[in-house]
This record gives sequence, structure tokens and C-alpha cells, in this order.
Amino acid sequence: MGEIVNKTKDELLRAGSSDTIQGEIATLNLGPTHPSTHGIFQNVLKVDGETILSTEQTVGYIHRAFEKLAERRTYFQITPITDRLNYCSSPLNNIGWELTVEKLAGIEVPKRVDYMRVIIMELARIADHMVCTSVIGVDAGALTGFTWIFSLREMIYELYEEVCGARLTTNIGRIGGFERDFSPAFHKKMKEFLKVFPQRFEEFDQLLSRNRIFMDRTVGVGAISAERALNYSFTGPNLRATGVDYDVRVQEPYCSYDDFEFDIPVGKDGDTYDRFMVRQEEIRQSYRIIKQAYENLPEGMYHADVPDYYLPKKEDVYNKMESLIYHFKIIYGETPIPVGEVYNSIEAANGELGFYMVSDGGRTPYRLQFRRPCFIYYQAYPEMITGATISDAVLTLSSMNVIAGELDA
Amino acid sequence: MSKSKITNEQLLSELQAKFGDAILQSSQPYGMLNVYVPADRTHEVVEFLQKSETLKMNYLTNIAGIHYPEDKGKELVVVYQLHSLVNNIRMRVKATLPIEKPEVQTITDLYSGANWMERETYDFFGIIFKGHPNLKKILNMEEQDYFPMRKEYPLEDPTREDKDNRFFGR
Repeated sequence: MGEIVNKTKDELLRAGSSDTIQGEIATLNLGPTHPSTHGIFQNVLKVDGETILSTEQTVGYIHRAFEKLAERRTYFQITPITDRLNYCSSPLNNIGWELTVEKLAGIEVPKRVDYMRVIIMELARIADHMVCTSVIGVDAGALTGFTWIFSLREMIYELYEEVCGARLTTNIGRIGGFERDFSPAFHKKMKEFLKVFPQRFEEFDQLLSRNRIFMDRTVGVGAISAERALNYSFTGPNLRATGVDYDVRVQEPYCSYDDFEFDIPVGKDGDTYDRFMVRQEEIRQSYRIIKQAYENLPEGMYHADVPDYYLPKKEDVYNKMESLIYHFKIIYGETPIPVGEVYNSIEAANGELGFYMVSDGGRTPYRLQFRRPCFIYYQAYPEMITGATISDAVLTLSSMNVIAGELDA
Repeated sequence: MSKSKITNEQLLSELQAKFGDAILQSSQPYGMLNVYVPADRTHEVVEFLQKSETLKMNYLTNIAGIHYPEDKGKELVVVYQLHSLVNNIRMRVKATLPIEKPEVQTITDLYSGANWMERETYDFFGIIFKGHPNLKKILNMEEQDYFPMRKEYPLEDPTREDKDNRFFGR
């Protein structure tokens, strides 16, 4: 067996059946429903014994036609659609969409909204990365970290609840800001979170990051070079693991990200271990950002003064003529929207989440495309696992953090 | 760090110097340069931008299709969004295609990542990327013989008579 693994992928492909131990090539279906895919997508592997010779991917099992749906929905009705893209970090998608509409309509939001958004987005990034890194552990056979880290994820979800009332599909925020200010309960839970997070997280980190068995399973597995990753349009932690320091938060700062001190961790080899380590470090950096934003939270309104886009208060709707008019106009989608074409991107948990929107001035976008990082980098998967073993393929898949909702739109 | 190292004007003038009349039209909505090129020259333009030493537009952000049923003879538009990570500037290259023969050359030889983006655009708009290694539907089933993102497929039941469309947008 060892002799085959040491061969390059081209040699293996050329070798044919006579040169191999098993002597025959088997077809193996990994997925559509397999515990290691963490979602519904299929890989048809051609394997020789344990060694993968080629992969055929099938995606689209949970395609829900979001781009088509968006063409019939008014701008504020599209936010719930974005929840269902990367459902491990819905607030990032929601806020990314709101920023896109604000860019199109030219809405300036108060500084407080920026900081509130940064806090929510970084919480979401932590939740997403923690699930990903702990699941790498699960697929390597270490379940403990996964169960431990979910206590922290629960705290984050409770924070979402205090802001928007929902946990998974959050529909957080509104075009122009938030529907309400941070509540006293939020502040209480936030302080608790800031207090307990570092120690609990480091305990989880110690379980894996220098664990001999874990390192043996992940170092050098599923590697990709920086050149190939860029050619495949990788973004996010998977790109940074190869050593490219591209981060939308730094390159094109939005939401006042330039106010905060934080580092962009990069890896070197682009393998599973580097992807794990980059995500772990990003969690620490996100915590740093949250701390700065929360401690320096500016005074002011929690939404922009844009009655054309931002729903008025309910008691005003019942008591004031003007608020009632605006309420109806917004609900009916009669908001003035400029004609134009805009691309806005944010650094979501998996990379650059882009919204390319063409508006003809109507009540719905004329065309809306989501640039979904998962969909784009998942196509590199066959290249990354050819010549590897099946168990390595499983680890590579979980370290890429392919989320079926984002993959299939 | 957030500032671009080159301007849209520089980008446009280099493109015009190289391709002359092939740069049919340009605009800058929301600060991003858009250029229209003839459908048979997209590959050439994208390749020039990728290989150029000064522009370094060597990152493909996404490929999108748009359908304008009213523009006869150029109903479909294919959009390439390119990005220079070094110069921190983005731009779009667009080409219009007639709906009877929506063909454009593939750029999978330049960008491996274009593979699924082109398949997705084919899946939803029926734009044919000539020379693509595996041009088949990706998110929809292969048996589907129409392209659902085209505007002739409305989301709502088109036979409905109880609604006056003047009051309900498109």
C-alpha cells in the first residue's frame, strides 16, 4: 500500500490496473447523504483500494432558485432568502445584502449601526468557524471538542435571539440599520460571553491544535498551492491557508472595519491543518474585533433616518398619517430605487460573498446574482483529493467547509 | 491600503490602446469600470487583462448572465467580473449575444474556476461556452430542456387574470 501512496497522481492514473495491489478499480458513492458531507451533495469516487483516482461531483440537490425568486421580491423581502445561503452564519449574509441595497440607494448609516453590525458579523464568523474546526476534529475521530464548543455557539445564538428573536435563519437587521437597539438582556449576555469565551475556546484549541494524532491526520492532507487556489478563485480562510492575505475587510473596508486593530492570519502549505489553524486564529481575531467594537460602541441612533426604506414604529403607524403612508409604501414595495448596477462584497465566513445586482428602478431587482464562495472553491475538490485516501478526502471536505445551502443557492 | 493603485481611466486607456474599436462602450456605474466588447473577442480581452504586467487583473470574481428580452439581436449579456488583488481594482467585461445563437468562447483555459461559473450560466441562461470541457447543467437536472432564468418564465402563473399588472410591477 505504501508504495502506491508515494506515487504522484499522474503516475497513478497512467499505471492502470496491472500495477496496483487490488488490481481493480471500484466506484464508490460518497454522498448524497453521508455523515461526512454535512449536507447533501454527491461525489462519485473511482478508487483503487483506498486510493482515489478520480472524482465526479454532483451538486444541486437543494437548489431553491434564489436568484429567480429574488426577481419577484421587493428588496426587504430578499433578506430572508439570504439566511438560507450559508445557514451557519446567516447574519453575515443578511448584513451583506443590506449593505448592497444601501450602496445602491446611497444610504449613509450612523456609526453606531456600523459597530453593531461588526459585533453581529464577527459573532457569526466565530460561530461558523467554530463549527467548521470542531467538525474537522469529529471527522478525525475527536468528538469531545465538538460537544465542548457548542456551549459557546449556544451563547452566540442566544445573542442573536436578543437582537432579532431567531437563532438559525435570523433575518437580522433592516435596510438602514436594526429594528431595535441592543437590549439590556443583550448587554448582560454579551458581557458574560466576553468573559468566558477566551478560556473555553483555548481549552478547545488545546484538544486539537498540537494533538499528535490530529496533526498526523491533517498535515499535508488535501493541499493546494497559492497559484492554483487563485486560479480557482478561492477566497476566505481556504485562500489564506495557502499564504495569500486577501481579506475584503482590509482591502475594501466596509462597516468601519478600518477603525479596528486586527491581524489577518495566513498559512503556508494550504493543507487541512493550515485551514484549521487559520480558522482558529481568525476566531481569536474576531474576538479582538468584538471587544474593541463593544467597548467603543458609539452613542446615537440604531438606524439611519431613511423613512423611504426603514419601517416606522408600530405606534406611529397607528397614530400618524405620514408613518402609515410610509408603512404601506414600504410593504407594497413602492420604495424609490435608483437605476443602476452594483457589486458589493463582504468577507463572509467562507470568503468573499458578493451580490451583483442590476436594478431597473422597479420594485424588485432586475437581476441578482449571489457570488457564493463555496460554489466556486468546491470545484477544486477533485484536484485536491486525487491520489489521497478516502479518509483523507473526508477530512479535506470538512476543512473546506462546504455548506450545501451556499453551494446550491 | 484600501486605495486602488491604478484608476479606471488608466484601465480603459490601456484597453483602448490594445483593442481600439473593439471596446464598444464603457461606463462606470458606482465606480466600477464596465466595458462592452464583441462576443468573439471576450477571451482575448480577458487573457490580455490576466497577463498584463501593469494591470494584473488576474482574479476572476464571477461570471453572470443577464436577459433583456426587449433588446432585439442582443438579448443576452454575459458579464465577467475581474479583480486585481495587487492593484485593488475591479472591472466588468461584458458582451451581448443574440438569443438564437448565444455563443462565446470559454475561459476555462485561463481560469480553472470558470468551469462551474460557466456551467451555471449555461444552466440558467443557455449561453453556450465554446470549448468548455464539460458543458452541462449543474444545479438543475440534465433533462431540463429550457433555461429558467430567462425572463419568459415568470414566477407567477402567467394565466392568472384576477390581477392588474399595472399595480403589481412587472
